[in-house]
Amino acid sequence: MPAPKIEYAVLAPVLILLAAGVIAVLVEAFVSRKYRYVIQTTLSFSAIGLGILSVALNKDVSGRFAEGSVAVDGVSVVLQGTILVFSLLGLLLIAERGFQSFTAQASTLPGSADEQRALASGLQQTEVFPLTLFAIGGALLFPAANDLITLFVALEVLSLPLYLMAGLSQRRRLLSQEAALKYFLLGAFSSAFFLFGSAFLYGYAGTTTFEGIKVQISTAPGNDLFLLVGLATLTVGLLFKVSAAPFHSWTPDVYQGAPTPITAFMAAVTKVAAFGAFLRIFYATIGGMVWTWRPIIIVVSILTMAIGTIVAIAQKDVKRVLAYSAIAHSGFLLTGIVAFNKSGVEATLLYLATYGFTTLGTFAIVTLVRDAGGEVTDLNRWSGLGKRSPLIAGIFTLFLLALAGIPLTSGFVGKFAIFSSAYESGNISVVIAGVLASAIAAFFYIRIVVLMYFNDPQEDGTSVMIPSPMTAIAIGVCALATLILGIFPQPVINVIDSLAIFVAG
Amino acid sequence: MNVTSQMLVFLIAIPLFSAALLLLGGRALDKVGHIIGTLASTAAFAVGVIEFLAMLGRAPENRAVTQPLFTWIEVGNFNVGATLLLDQLSVCFVLLITGVGTLIHIYSIAYMSHDKDRRRFFAYLNFFIAAMLLLVLGDSYLSLYVGWEGVGLASYLLIGFWNQKPTYATAAKKAFIANRVGDVGLSLAVMIAFVQFGSVSFSGVAEGIEAGQTSSLALNTLGLALLLAAVGKSAQFPLQAWLGDAMAGPTPVSALIHAATMVTAGVYLISRSHFVFDAASVAQLCVVIVGAITLLFGAIIGMAKDDIKKALAASTMSQIGYMILATGLGPVGYAFAMMHLLTHGFFKAGMFLGAGSVMHGMNDEVDMRKYGGLRKYMPITFATFGLGYLAIIGVPPFAGFYSKDKIIEIALDAGGAKGIILGSITLLGAAITAFYMSRVMLMTFFGAKRWEAGAHPHESPALMTIPMIVLAIGSVSAGFFFNMGDRFINFLSPIFHSGESGHGEKEHLLPPIVVSALALTAVAIGVSIAIAKYGRGKAIPAVAPSDVSLWTKVARRDLLQDEFNETLFMRPGQELTKALAVIDEKVIDGAVRGVGSITLDVASGLRKTQTGFVRSYALWITVGAVGILAAIAVMSL
Repeated sequence: MPAPKIEYAVLAPVLILLAAGVIAVLVEAFVSRKYRYVIQTTLSFSAIGLGILSVALNKDVSGRFAEGSVAVDGVSVVLQGTILVFSLLGLLLIAERGFQSFTAQASTLPGSADEQRALASGLQQTEVFPLTLFAIGGALLFPAANDLITLFVALEVLSLPLYLMAGLSQRRRLLSQEAALKYFLLGAFSSAFFLFGSAFLYGYAGTTTFEGIKVQISTAPGNDLFLLVGLATLTVGLLFKVSAAPFHSWTPDVYQGAPTPITAFMAAVTKVAAFGAFLRIFYATIGGMVWTWRPIIIVVSILTMAIGTIVAIAQKDVKRVLAYSAIAHSGFLLTGIVAFNKSGVEATLLYLATYGFTTLGTFAIVTLVRDAGGEVTDLNRWSGLGKRSPLIAGIFTLFLLALAGIPLTSGFVGKFAIFSSAYESGNISVVIAGVLASAIAAFFYIRIVVLMYFNDPQEDGTSVMIPSPMTAIAIGVCALATLILGIFPQPVINVIDSLAIFVAG
Repeated sequence: MNVTSQMLVFLIAIPLFSAALLLLGGRALDKVGHIIGTLASTAAFAVGVIEFLAMLGRAPENRAVTQPLFTWIEVGNFNVGATLLLDQLSVCFVLLITGVGTLIHIYSIAYMSHDKDRRRFFAYLNFFIAAMLLLVLGDSYLSLYVGWEGVGLASYLLIGFWNQKPTYATAAKKAFIANRVGDVGLSLAVMIAFVQFGSVSFSGVAEGIEAGQTSSLALNTLGLALLLAAVGKSAQFPLQAWLGDAMAGPTPVSALIHAATMVTAGVYLISRSHFVFDAASVAQLCVVIVGAITLLFGAIIGMAKDDIKKALAASTMSQIGYMILATGLGPVGYAFAMMHLLTHGFFKAGMFLGAGSVMHGMNDEVDMRKYGGLRKYMPITFATFGLGYLAIIGVPPFAGFYSKDKIIEIALDAGGAKGIILGSITLLGAAITAFYMSRVMLMTFFGAKRWEAGAHPHESPALMTIPMIVLAIGSVSAGFFFNMGDRFINFLSPIFHSGESGHGEKEHLLPPIVVSALALTAVAIGVSIAIAKYGRGKAIPAVAPSDVSLWTKVARRDLLQDEFNETLFMRPGQELTKALAVIDEKVIDGAVRGVGSITLDVASGLRKTQTGFVRSYALWITVGAVGILAAIAVMSL
């Protein structure tokens, strides 16, 4: 049996990030604590930089590699590029040392003497960097995976570090650890569904590769029980990852409990990776079953938009508002899946790009609003922020307007593209639901704006930290991208349109 | 491409740049902020006048010019450029917005002189001017939408400008909600236009309709979506509730945004979309009905208001009702709606500035029951307000006479029972308008002094009176000027094709002279009743009497519009939100516990140590998974 053929150059983005992760573990083990932070950040940023470079080199590639288990084509190149850019911005937040977001030592018990000692001595572990690198590696592989086993491995490589990272918060340790445990248990539960579905699909097609399943669907259409059960449970696993209703319940707790830089990273990167996999499976693999899955995705999409927007109104914590907003946005993104046409792919990719910048930016600003006890996420205490820190409040307003989809922000362009693609496909119900949900959503976004500008500041020690260059750069880039993608989106649209083609066959 | 079309962008860029400068400049610009803002508005007005003169110099069929700025979104063969379009319709708005806008900037220099945030106020005003100009200059529904959201934001910021009082922030929120409902209409309209015609530009949609590309169902849906947008922005029934509360903003804002310009954007939208409504009879009928209801609704509320600004706001609502009604009457109506819009822009802005001047002299008192006899103390305010009053009630030869008379005339000419009903409503509206405006006049400027202790009414400074005088001149002369030789109608006829239908030769239900006589009789009746009730020698109690008819009580409460909205939308909405939040976060957990308690009675001690949350979330997932499995099973049956 010949050795499997591995195209290292084409797979470089994933390999670079995973290799960097391995090196980072070694650094953690062998390098003196004094130098770790510098080495880890240098290593992580260079790995992402190299990753972006190698993705760019792949832009004309279209084919299946590593014995057919990975598909590299225009769609995966766009997705990987987006993931790496968001990872870079997320890492800027994670590496922030101006204020402490992460626990000194994850292994210490919350509130224990050990922890106090670690804090007092200024200890700061850097285990978050290798974890992040592994997560990015998994995220890069997820939308490119071309068989069920690779897809599952990628899913776990992405998810396992995230479970840990969610528990690293320095303040409110119990909330954070509770979030991590919940995320882990439910993630495991949904992985079980995912595996169950994979097994059934293997039973149906006799192969785990996507094109094998696709061929089987096209040659032997019909309502094979294995196919239907496999399809349904695999979909559940994916819907969990994108926090679509009714699989969304973990999202508010995890978004709230996780350290905010991790929430930012998760909200942007996981969403891109998961919707990337969604696109490849629903468009390029089980497209033949569109008449079966489309009505289901329509219902899930409408339900997700409704729950996300309506429940957000009742929230009093800014991170929970943003979590429900993330749920609502998953609903909007699902309309792009419903579309099932070329403009649906393009619109979904564009939406992911616009949404990621905005959501990273909002969470980055959440990290800045603090008092002596850490971040202040109680919305009432954000009142009057516009008077105290007009610039930060102004940028936050921009992000909120973009999330609400107000014209001249990136959010509008994304929503317009994705709703038109769904309308074009004749699925008017989701479009009407989407427009209505956007209108409702504007209430709670604007409510925060009102709170910041129209209410008087509270004298309770809430203040806006002056960010170090790292966070400042991240916020600046996100704000700029939100504006540019809103006013002059054409160059980005052109790039996406020229690349958004799945590998043939 | 000529020089003037290259200048269009400056109309928007100048005030926009000024707004950015004032906002970002910070405290350093506090001393000169108002001057920069006023200059920016004046410069935009100058550009507008140059554009207008250049347009008059061109032959009527070549008057429209465009300036492509850049390609905004291009996907496949769908192309939205940011292109500006100046034609006969938009130039009217450009002159109104920049002209009245500049006067109000000047007025605000004095009016806001004691406010520490005056610079920010001027920045918002400039931003409003830029957004409103974009709204009327965009050549597509999408550009219009951008401006539409922009003016909404500006209005929102300015209503809540004095946010020290919590009611003011509530007012801002109310305006926002009504406008969002309207915005849903506009975004649906953009989407429908795009899908039906593959274009969102006005010309693209018009051509598509002419080519018969679409069904009448789609056209009527498009029309109704546009009407919803117009209803929200222009405070028409049933989304009218926000306008009265919006008076919480500084008075110059009420004059500019909530009387002269932004609230008339709905009229602009319908006129601009005349090709849609002319082909969609159901939607057009709805336009007429909305206009007729609001016309009376606003007038009735106006009769019961003691707050001078709220009385004027109710009147604005009612006058816009006239305009909307006119736009619903087809090609003959658009031009008259525009004419009334412009004359209303003059006299209503003038009256609001007058009200501001009165408030300025009376320690910001707005209750007319605490005014009285002010004509001797504020002669200029009295004179300018009085001219605006004569204009709005429609006394010849003042502006309102020409424009309102025409609307009554075409309403009567609508034919059959429709004509008689609409004609009666417009005539009744004219009588009520005359009544409540006379009431405002009498309570404020005539009768005995009913001032609070400490009031020292005095005439306002020249910076405030000069804009009032200029607007008063407009209130006197604009109608006559527009109407002479039908010049305004002829100017607009290339847009609305109203010339071809030949409104002059049409058979009238009643001869125009009889219509005018009827209208004047209605006005005379209204004025007489007001004089009988509030004129010389009639005591006006300081507190509104409570032993009044049910009608008055209901009218005082804005015909129960708030109660209506609360019971029908707000409370159920709040309950739904709360309930969903509870279900999402608690109930399933409770259900799990309920099930659990049966089996876990023994281990109840153990149960307390578990949160149960993860299990309940997992239950959600299981329910969902079962749901999807069931759905797939059903789908493949």
